[in-house]
Amino acid sequence: MSIINAGFGGRRRSSRPDLPPGQYLTEDFPVLSAGPTPRVPLDRWSFTITDEAGKKTSWNWDEFNALPQEDFTVDIHCVTKWSKLGTTWRGVAIDTLFENIESTADFTMVHGYGGYTTNVPLEDLLDGKAWVAHTFDGEPLHPEHGGPARLVVPHLYFWKSAKWVNGIEMLPQDEPGFWEEAGYNMYGDPWREQRYQGD
Amino acid sequence: MAESRWETSSARTLVLDVPDWPGHLPGQHVDVRLTAPDGYSAQRSYSIASSWTDGGKVELTVQRVEDGEVSSYLDDTLEVGQPIELRGPVGGWFVWRNDPAPVLLLGGGSGVVPLMSMIRARGDVRGKQPFRLIYSVRTPQDVLYADELKRRVRDDPGLDVHFAYTRAVPDGWPEKPGRINVPTLNTHGWPPDFAPDVFICGPTPFVETAADILVALGHDPKKIRTERFGGTP
Repeated sequence: MSIINAGFGGRRRSSRPDLPPGQYLTEDFPVLSAGPTPRVPLDRWSFTITDEAGKKTSWNWDEFNALPQEDFTVDIHCVTKWSKLGTTWRGVAIDTLFENIESTADFTMVHGYGGYTTNVPLEDLLDGKAWVAHTFDGEPLHPEHGGPARLVVPHLYFWKSAKWVNGIEMLPQDEPGFWEEAGYNMYGDPWREQRYQGD
Repeated sequence: MAESRWETSSARTLVLDVPDWPGHLPGQHVDVRLTAPDGYSAQRSYSIASSWTDGGKVELTVQRVEDGEVSSYLDDTLEVGQPIELRGPVGGWFVWRNDPAPVLLLGGGSGVVPLMSMIRARGDVRGKQPFRLIYSVRTPQDVLYADELKRRVRDDPGLDVHFAYTRAVPDGWPEKPGRINVPTLNTHGWPPDFAPDVFICGPTPFVETAADILVALGHDPKKIRTERFGGTP
């Protein structure tokens, strides 16, 4: 079904091939969070990978910053319809964090301070597709936007890029995270417009 | 669109006739998709303003955004009898489910819309939960649902509303205009001991400020639900 709205379209924004369907371009950096912004002191920050047997591998802030760092420039797409192109970040590739992790699980639950969770298949985090970032646009990542550090997995809708990230838990099967429980898509590919359950 | 009414000079309520509407929870939103004759389309999300019991009728209140291609069409071009494409209802977090807990609502500007859906739903079920709305708004002329809020404060037991004007106050108002701050929420909110469910909706700076203050005053962050909009058209 497509309803044609006569008289609509006179004030349209330019469409671009690098915008997924249903998205519009913004120059701002809007904020979307389900609750208050957690404040995480750096001396209490840690990041932990937990494998399917419960074995934990952790980094504190200094150890995390001593890992190889990457600068990357990516487009980001929020399910609330805004996209922001060419954003620049610095952080640690998930590949680096997984170098010494033995796991046969195919799925992950990403956790953040404040209790946020989101599910991402492991293959979507590896091979240069995702990072834990601590710097945005040359500045330390602001708490509103997920600082001290957030996941950035730019090829999925941005709710998958968990703010205030503090860990990845390996799962043998896919399970819904916070927004996925609330009706959003389990995978969230913006190019296939997988916003909600059933898309 | 079955009918419409202007709430202020820049916000119109669209009453939509949706025969197969499955019902919704107060706080949920819909996605509106507009399509031009040449196939160009644009989508935006709008909170539902009506309560859950308005069988087949769904109300959206659309605040016109400067240069907003969708909001300006919905406010100024769409006529009664014309169709629009809706998807929804959407969202299962920022919703009120008629729980027994007292409810503290903080609305900034048109962020009051989903909170009004909660107030209306409580009225429909004759809810007894204490409900308090703190409504931050630029001037008295910008207040959405002003008459209905006045009537409901009189008729809905346990509901009260505090206006926090940011630019201009009514004649004789006891406070100067200003943004919400610690005294506003300490005086007009509820103490953390009261353990209210808190819903905050509005522009990002309003939501950030309000949520930070409530956490600093001792409210449990897990009881604070937020919905932010960036103000991008």
